[in-house]
Amino acid sequence: MDLLLVVPVVGMLFLARRGDRAEAGVINVRFNAFALAASLWLAVDVLLHGPALSSGRMFYVDSFNVYLVVLTAFVGWTTSIFSGSYMEHERQIGRVTPRRLRLYYAMYQGFMLAMYLVLTTNNMGVLWVAMEGATLATVLLVSLYRTPESVEAAWKYFILCGVGIAQALFGTVLLYFAAEQKLGVGGGALLWTVLHDNAQALDPAILSLAFVFLLVGYGTKIGLVPLHQWLPDAHSEGPTPMSAILSGLLLNDALYAVVRCKMLVDDSLGTHLAGHLMMGFGLPSFLVAALFLHRQTDIKRLFSYSSIEHMGLMTFAFGIGSPWATFAALFHMTTHSLTKSAIFVTVGHAAQLAGTQRMEKIRGLILTQPAIGWGLLIGTVAIAGFPPFGVFASEFLVLVATMQDYPWLTPLLLLGIGLAFAGLFRHIQPMVYGEVPEGQRAIQANLTPVMVHLALVLWLGLSIPSFLGNWFNQATHLISGVWPQ
Amino acid sequence: MSIIELSLYQQAILLLAGLIALTSFLMLGQSRLVRLVKVFAAQGMLLAATTALAATVLEYPHLYVSAALNLLLKGIVIPLLLQRLIHRLELHRVMDTVDHPARVMMGGAALVVFSYYVSLPVVENSHLVTLNAIAVSLAVVLLGMLLMITRRQAVAHVVGFMSIENGLFFAAVVSTYGMPMVVELGVAFDVLVAAVVFGVFFFQIRASIDSLNVDRLSKLSEVEP
Amino acid sequence: MVWALAILQTLLFIAAAPLLASWLKRIKCRLQNRRAPSLFQPYRDLRKLYRKRPIVPYPASWIFRAAPYIVFASTVLAAAIVPLAAVDLPTARIADVIVLVGFFALGRTFQVLAGMDIGTAFGGMGSSREMTVSSLAEPAMLMAVFTLAMSAHTTNLSQAMNYVHDTGLVLRPSFVFALGGLLLVAIAETGRIPVDNPATHLELTMIHEAMILEYSGRWLALIEWASQIKLMLYGVLIANIFFPWGIAQDFSWPALICGVAAIALKLALLAVVLGLSEALFAKMRIFRVQEYLGFAYLLGVLGLLSHIILEAARVHH
Repeated sequence: MDLLLVVPVVGMLFLARRGDRAEAGVINVRFNAFALAASLWLAVDVLLHGPALSSGRMFYVDSFNVYLVVLTAFVGWTTSIFSGSYMEHERQIGRVTPRRLRLYYAMYQGFMLAMYLVLTTNNMGVLWVAMEGATLATVLLVSLYRTPESVEAAWKYFILCGVGIAQALFGTVLLYFAAEQKLGVGGGALLWTVLHDNAQALDPAILSLAFVFLLVGYGTKIGLVPLHQWLPDAHSEGPTPMSAILSGLLLNDALYAVVRCKMLVDDSLGTHLAGHLMMGFGLPSFLVAALFLHRQTDIKRLFSYSSIEHMGLMTFAFGIGSPWATFAALFHMTTHSLTKSAIFVTVGHAAQLAGTQRMEKIRGLILTQPAIGWGLLIGTVAIAGFPPFGVFASEFLVLVATMQDYPWLTPLLLLGIGLAFAGLFRHIQPMVYGEVPEGQRAIQANLTPVMVHLALVLWLGLSIPSFLGNWFNQATHLISGVWPQ
Repeated sequence: MSIIELSLYQQAILLLAGLIALTSFLMLGQSRLVRLVKVFAAQGMLLAATTALAATVLEYPHLYVSAALNLLLKGIVIPLLLQRLIHRLELHRVMDTVDHPARVMMGGAALVVFSYYVSLPVVENSHLVTLNAIAVSLAVVLLGMLLMITRRQAVAHVVGFMSIENGLFFAAVVSTYGMPMVVELGVAFDVLVAAVVFGVFFFQIRASIDSLNVDRLSKLSEVEP
Repeated sequence: MVWALAILQTLLFIAAAPLLASWLKRIKCRLQNRRAPSLFQPYRDLRKLYRKRPIVPYPASWIFRAAPYIVFASTVLAAAIVPLAAVDLPTARIADVIVLVGFFALGRTFQVLAGMDIGTAFGGMGSSREMTVSSLAEPAMLMAVFTLAMSAHTTNLSQAMNYVHDTGLVLRPSFVFALGGLLLVAIAETGRIPVDNPATHLELTMIHEAMILEYSGRWLALIEWASQIKLMLYGVLIANIFFPWGIAQDFSWPALICGVAAIALKLALLAVVLGLSEALFAKMRIFRVQEYLGFAYLLGVLGLLSHIILEAARVHH
C-alpha cells in the first residue's frame, strides 16, 4: 500500500525537474504503470485476505475502495499513454513552454497522488485535505494555455470548488464533534473505521446536519446541479488528458467520499434521509445536464455535460440505496469512467485534427482519419447507453432498481436518457460523417487506449467477469448492508 | 448554563468570538482593498488569540501549535503577501464599492440568524460552553461567501475565501478543540498552497483581461452573446 | 427624604453639566497645544447670556418663544430619571429608558420646529439635517438599549445598573457591542466630531448650530445649557450602565459621597476618551453620517444577536 503512494510522490519530484525532456511522456507512463502494478497487488491482497487496515490506522482498504483504486490507476495509466503523444504535439505547435511541461507532468503525478490518498485514507480529515489537494494540483493545469478563456475557467474552478469544498470541511468538523462526544479525545474520532463501528451511538441530529454540508461540499466536486458551473469550463479549457482524468477519476472519487459519508449517516440515523438527499440532487443533475447537451457548441463542453448527467445518475442510484441500485451505481461508475476517458482521448485527437474545439468546424472525421472517426462514434454510442456496451447494462440495472422502489420516477429517467441520446447524436453525427474541410490531414495519434477501454466496456456489457462481479457484490454488501441476489 | 457562571477565560473566548464576527462584518463593508486586507489580518490574529486562550484554559498543548500556525499564516504571511501583490499590481487606489451596503449588511445579519438556527441542534446536545460560538463560526463562513458574492475584485474574493477558511478553523477550535494534528497540518498546507496559487492567478488574470475585475471574466457563459 | 435626595441629585446634575463641557474643552486644547480657558468659563458665559435681553425675529411665532423652555425642561426631566450618584431613587423608579428616549424626542421636536419657525435657510437646513441624523440614531440607540435590557431583564435604568453591579465583572460580547453602538449614537446625538462640530459656524457643515442661529440672550443660554446637560446625560448613561462600580446602593452619606466621587472620575476619564477621538478624527461629510449610524445600528443588532447566540442559557436534554 505504501508503494502505491510512494510511486506518485517520486514521480512528481522527478518530473518536476525533468518534465521538459522529450522522454518525459514515457517516464510518466512508466510511473503510472508502476502505480497500476502496486494497485493490482493491493487488490489481490484484499481479495485474498479481506479488508486491510494499516498500522497506525491511517489507511484502510476494503473491497469498495480497492476496486476504485485499480480503476483509478488503470485510467491514469492509459490516459498517460495518450498524454505523451498529445503533449508532444502541443509542444511542437508551440502551445506549451518547457516550464509548463514540467508543471504539467509534475501535477499529473500530484493529482494521481491526491486521488490515491482520497481513496485509501481512513481519516475523514485527510480525505478532505487530499480532495482539496486534487483541486490545487489541477487548477494550474486548467489554465496551462494562458488563454483568457482558460484563465477564466481555472479561476471559476478554483473559487467554486474551493468554496464548495469548504462546506465539506465544516461537515467533517461536525462529524468529528459528534464522534468526539461519544468516543472521547484521542479515540480516533475522525477515522472512518472507528466512526463506522460506532455509528449507531452518534447523535443523529448532528450527523444529518453534517451530511448536508458534506453532500454540498463534495457534491460541488461531483458537479451536481446547481453546483456544477465550474465543471464544463474546467473540462473544456484545460489540456485534454486533464479532462479525461478529471471526468474519469476526480468525479468518481468525490462521489466515493459522499458514499462513505452516507454509510456513516445511514447507520446513525436509521432513516433514509441521506439517500433521499442524494436522489434529490442526483435526478435534477441528470435531467438538467441532459437538456444542456442540446445547446453546446464546444465538443469538450458537450462531453462534460454528459459527465454531469452520468454522475447525477450514479448519485441517484446510490441514493436509492437498495442492493441492486448500489450494484448498478458501482457498475456504472466503472463503465462511465472507462468510456468517458476513452471519449476524451478521442476528442483530444479530433480537436487536434481539426485545429479547433468548435463542433461546427469539426467535420468528416471518418473520411480523414477513420480510427478517430470510428472511435468517437463508438464511444458516443457506448456512452449514450446502446447495447451491447456496458453503460447500457448499468443504466438498465439502475432503471430496474428504480422500478422496484420508486416506479413513478422511471419515466423521468427514461426521458433523461432519451434527451441525452438525442443531444449527443445531433452533434456527433455531422462531425463524424460530414464533408471534409479543405486541407484537413490525418495526424499522428495513438488510439490504443481508446480501443482497450471500449473493448473493456463492450466486454462488461456482454458479461461481467466473475472476479469483478464478486467484487461488486462485496462492495454492495458493504455499502447497502445486504447481498444482492 | 448562562454566561455568568462561566470562568473569565471562557467569557473571554466568547467575547473574542463576537469580535471575530464583527471583523467579518467590517470586511463586508470595507471598500478599500488595503484596509480589507488589514481587517482580514486582524481577524486572523483574533483567531490565533482565541486558540491560544483555549489552549491555556484546557491545557491542550497542541492547540498552541495551531494558534501559532494560524497567527503565522492568516495573521502575517497571507496578509503580507496580499499587501505586496496589491502594491505590485497597483491596486491600492482601487475602490471595490458595494452596490447596496445597507442591504448587504441586513443580509449579513440574516445569515447570522440563519447559522444560529442551523447550529441549534448541535448546541443543544453538548455541555461544552464555548460551543455557542459554533454559530459564529458558521456565520463567518457564510459571511465570507457573501463577501465573495458582492465584490468584483479578485483580491476581495481571495480575502473572502481565506475568511471562509478562518471560519472553518474557528469551528474546529470551539467545537472539538482543534482537529487531529495531521489534518490541521494538511489544511494549513493546502491554505498556503492556495495562497500561492492565487498569487499566480492574479498575474494570469491581469495578463488576460488587463484588470483584476472578475466581472469581466465572462467569456464562458452558457448564454450565447 | 428620598425625594429630597432625588431633587438634590438632579440639581447636582444640572449644575455639573457646564463643568464637564469645559473639562472636555480643556482636554482638546491640551491636545491641540492651545491654552485652555478657566474651568468655570461656561458658567460665566451662561451668566452673561442670561443677563442679556433676547431679540425676537420678526416672523417668530409662539413656538420660537416656547422652544427654549421646553427644550430645557425636557432635558432636566431626562436628567432626573438617570441615576447619577445613587440608584433606587424614586425618580428613577417611576420611569425607564424608553421614557428617556421620549424626553429626548420631545426636546428635539421643539428645537427643530423652532429652527424652521423663522423661515431662514439655515434654520430649515439645520432642522432637516437634525431630523435625518436623529431618525437614524434613535433606532440604533434603542437597539443598544434593548441588548442591555435582555441581559438585565428590565428597561428600568436603575434596576439595570443594579443588575450589572451585582453580577460583577462579566465579559459579555453583547455589552461590548452595545457600548460601541451607544458611544457612536452619543457622539451623533450630542453633535460632536465626526458628525457635527459644536465649535464652528461654517455654514455648510452645521447641524445643531444652524438651528439655534437666531437665538440670543437668555433663550440661547437655556439652549446651550440644555445641550451641555445632554452631553453629560449620555456620559452618565454610558459610565453607569457599563461600569456601575462605585455608585451608591443605599442612602448613607459615605456611600453617596463615594458615588459622587466615582461618577466624577468616570466622567473625567470618558471625556479624555472623547477628547482624544475628536482630536484624531476629522469631521465627515454629511452624506456619510448614514453609514456611520448604520454601523452603530449594526453594532446594536450584533449585540442583540450575540446575546442570543453566545450568552443565552442552554437547556440540556
